[in-house]
Amino acid sequence: MNKSTTRIQARPTASGWLQAWLPRLVLAPSVAVSLFFVYGFMLWTFVLSLTSSRMLPSYDFVGFGQYSRLMANDRWWVASTNLMVFGVLFIAVCLIIGTLLAILLDQKIRQEGALRTIYLYPMALSFIVTGVVWKWLLNPQLGIQAMVQSWGFESFRFDWIVNPDMAIYTLVIAAVWQASGFVMALFLAGLRGIDDSIVKAAQLDGASLPRIYWRVVMPCLRPVVFSAVMILAHIAIKSFDLVVALTGGGPGYATDLPATFMYTHAFNRAQIGLGSASAMLMLGGVLAILIPYLYSELRSRKHG
Amino acid sequence: MPTINMSVVNPSTFKKSALALALAAGTALAASTIQASEVEVLHWWTSGGEARAANVLKDLMEAEGYGWQDFAVAGGGGETAMTVLKSRAMSGNPPSAAQIKGPEIQEWGELGLLGDLDEVATAEGWNDLIPERVANIMRHDGQFVAVPVNVHRVNWLWANPEVLEAADVEMPTTLDELFAAGDAIREAGFIPLAHGGQAWQDATVFESVVLGSQGTEFYQQALVELDPEALGGEQMVSALEDFKRMRELMDEGMSGRDWNIATAMVIEGEAGFQLMGDWAKGEFTAAGLTAGEDYLCAAAPGTEDAFTFNIDSLAMFRVTDDAEREAQQTLARLVLEPTFQEAFNLAKGSIPARPDLDMSDFDRCAQQSLADFQRTADEGGLVPSMAHGMAVRASIQGAIFDVVTNYFNDTDMPAEEAAERLVNAAETASF
Repeated sequence: MNKSTTRIQARPTASGWLQAWLPRLVLAPSVAVSLFFVYGFMLWTFVLSLTSSRMLPSYDFVGFGQYSRLMANDRWWVASTNLMVFGVLFIAVCLIIGTLLAILLDQKIRQEGALRTIYLYPMALSFIVTGVVWKWLLNPQLGIQAMVQSWGFESFRFDWIVNPDMAIYTLVIAAVWQASGFVMALFLAGLRGIDDSIVKAAQLDGASLPRIYWRVVMPCLRPVVFSAVMILAHIAIKSFDLVVALTGGGPGYATDLPATFMYTHAFNRAQIGLGSASAMLMLGGVLAILIPYLYSELRSRKHG
Repeated sequence: MPTINMSVVNPSTFKKSALALALAAGTALAASTIQASEVEVLHWWTSGGEARAANVLKDLMEAEGYGWQDFAVAGGGGETAMTVLKSRAMSGNPPSAAQIKGPEIQEWGELGLLGDLDEVATAEGWNDLIPERVANIMRHDGQFVAVPVNVHRVNWLWANPEVLEAADVEMPTTLDELFAAGDAIREAGFIPLAHGGQAWQDATVFESVVLGSQGTEFYQQALVELDPEALGGEQMVSALEDFKRMRELMDEGMSGRDWNIATAMVIEGEAGFQLMGDWAKGEFTAAGLTAGEDYLCAAAPGTEDAFTFNIDSLAMFRVTDDAEREAQQTLARLVLEPTFQEAFNLAKGSIPARPDLDMSDFDRCAQQSLADFQRTADEGGLVPSMAHGMAVRASIQGAIFDVVTNYFNDTDMPAEEAAERLVNAAETASF
């Protein structure tokens, strides 16, 4: 390497110039494309959210009219509340189940590889598949309720999916089923990274096993918790396919989420302006999570 | 770390491949520009029977010496197709014709993108051929811009005669009779009314109930003209209460069910009735059943003097090229000619858009449908379907869907509140 560098300095040839600039040249188109297609379109969406665009984009500016219409829209509030309920429950339950599974799998059991694959496998399915499968399982006349009733428990009821007040929790069930194996894998990797000698030292001090996990192991896993929350949060916010496949937003619009709200209004109902406004509010939600994350990441890097 | 050695690429190979690339790009470009005497038609007739029906039109066009470039976008309700069409139109490259229906034709017309068909309409005498109510939808600014392809009737009640016999009931002609029949069917151990709890299906039942409970004039005022007094008035409250009662006739597994699964429940004798447009006939036919014998059809209870229509139409985009214009006019003419009307509608389960055709090849339900279409067109009972985008614009339709489906699924909401919300929805959505 050294030799070739000196040669380049001595004789700045075309190939030498190319070698120095190649990485930049190769990266430039993708940087330009992402600048344009990600940030450019974000900007365009913001511009559209200030217009009265209906079926096609128009540039008739109406200020923040679309935002106030959005705020007055009952369905938007249902969608936002649903996102809060769904997001919080989904993240919390996934973390709890994932951690427990990881701790149990970490006990040096036989066939760990096979079990790990079984738990992780749902993550390999698309949310559409998960949604369709759970739609059948939760259908009161086909799935779990019908099965238990056929065992003789006639009064058994599990009809959440057709109940507007409970349907949002069926989304949580399906999403948790899908993602907790993945959280388990993250935590398992984290647990494996913990130095055995710390645990042994705690054992020598006479700490009980739950206490060791709570006071010694879990604090070591803080970065893992952080990344798990980040990943789950963004899965929750962009949830679209699961709703479409599992409940179709129903009963009524009881399981609508902001993503499905945006799609319906912008593309099916010829209200591009309103759809864009809701997209901007979703972006706001994502930024509210992303900025603290970036901040803490950058700060810790400076310290570390 | 491996470094890339650029000298591996032989300059002459590079030159060759660049040439090949340019050539490929050139051919692709040439292929995408339409030949002048060709029509490009965007549609979503992609299911088996529909695709065959669309092929009839293609053959007819080719027999007249014009090319046909098929631009089929799958997706039942045409939402995907509309999204594709919008992006094509925005980039200034719309197809020559597209399957656009109802008030959306007006929206496209207002954008100044549609070309007029008056020449062929006058030559073919469309004004005498098509009922005035239908023709109005095809016109923008008094000029024909679209041509109707078929007519679906939405206010149908389908029934399984074996279930009716087992429960000892007849086809109901009023809502009260329907509720009474429902009780008997439930007692006999069947589900009275098969339904799929999706917003558009809720709205389909809703509009049939409004029509059956309050009549054509009220339907017209409330769901077409969006008169706030009608939308929020006592009559609407009463219609909404009837609508909510329909839930008693349904089973609890309906949430999110597709309409054809609900039809299958009638076919298999699990359920007695279904309220659905005549596209349901496709399912009955596919199951090998005969209209009038293995399954029954009648106007939705209380609506025998009305006909809620859902019309597919092809709108023509404005083109500058004379040859392409000529091809468009030929397409429009062929669509209304008997050959295509018969072949297409036999395949699709709908009835021809011109009422003067020989209907002997059609089944009993289609014959009744056409007879009712003519009769109601004369007597003023012909109304556009709100649930299928024929009455109001997509934004208002969506807002009404929201209220209807929310009310239908919410056990606590009083009908008065739903009526108020309807008024509100119609106002705010017409931003």
